[in-house]
Amino acid sequence: MIKTLKALGLLLLFVIAAGCPLLAQESAAVDPVKASLFRLSIIVGGAIITLAAAAGAFCQAKAISSACEGISRNPGAAPHIRFLLIFGLVLIETLVIYALLITIIILLIQWGKYV
Amino acid sequence: MEGLEHSLFIVELFNKAFGKPILAVLGLLGIHPKNTQNPVPDYIVMCLIVALLLMLLLGLSTRKLSRIPSRRQSVLELIIETFENLLVDVIGEEGRKYVPMIGSIGLFILSANLLGLVPGLMSPTSKLNVTAGCAISVFVYYHWQGIKAQGFLRYLKHFTGPIPALAPLLFPIEIISHFSRPVSLSLRLFGNIFAEELLIIIIASIVPFVLPLPFMAVAIFTAVIQAFVFVLLACIYIGGAVAQEEEH
Repeated sequence: MIKTLKALGLLLLFVIAAGCPLLAQESAAVDPVKASLFRLSIIVGGAIITLAAAAGAFCQAKAISSACEGISRNPGAAPHIRFLLIFGLVLIETLVIYALLITIIILLIQWGKYV
Repeated sequence: MEGLEHSLFIVELFNKAFGKPILAVLGLLGIHPKNTQNPVPDYIVMCLIVALLLMLLLGLSTRKLSRIPSRRQSVLELIIETFENLLVDVIGEEGRKYVPMIGSIGLFILSANLLGLVPGLMSPTSKLNVTAGCAISVFVYYHWQGIKAQGFLRYLKHFTGPIPALAPLLFPIEIISHFSRPVSLSLRLFGNIFAEELLIIIIASIVPFVLPLPFMAVAIFTAVIQAFVFVLLACIYIGGAVAQEEEH
């Protein structure tokens, strides 16, 4: 009984210690005139990476599923298929990374705070 | 997101030791850095650390080579064979002569990516300057090798496509696609490593204790994959430039 209580207490302490920086967060002051621009830029930045991730994930899933079918039909061709799969996945992923970079740029600029 | 990054201890130490003479030399050349406190930026110091590390490790372990490999030598041979097999798979038997360039770029990028996981250091590849340097050197190298393997005029013929009548249409398109290669190479590597470091910084600013650990484990995976992808694409570009076209 005491042992479990000790473990629970340790766990609780740990959770509080891990979560305490959350309480120290404070919101930065934004110029009220530009606040709508700031909000809009955050929404646009989030929307870009969401759309790109969804489209990229769909295409990668398609590529992987057809590669699996190909390998299970003809296991002898596995090295070639794997090579082409990785190459294709990289090319798909590059576009998602471009979108991510644009999102990061939009969020780092923080329109409305400085403009 | 400002204030999350701080200047690294090693960078400040390096600048204290070498900052003044470097500033004097740059002043002679007519270059005046904006930041006189730290004239050498952090990514250059990190690049130097990677270069020193690789030179020391690889240089020390290539001493006393023998026909029957010791443990160190077999690890080295494994590394070289990995690059060689990749080149032979992509280009063919004549691809073995590109091992020095491909191997050194691959090892540099791999160790540069992994350096960011060491506390107190950062990945030099999370700055666009470093990745653009690697990508431009690959760009120059594969054109040079293509010209060397086929001669200048026959290499130019690569760009015109199969039908001579369509050549004026295809030539600009091919030129643009060749110039987009270093851009995509550098942006891909930079985006991956930068985003991964930013993710770890953001997660650590929310919960600094345990939560960043799984993301750092994923970071090891991304570092290896990105180095492999960079090397793979460089091999494919070299293979495309060197390949002899059949007569028709």
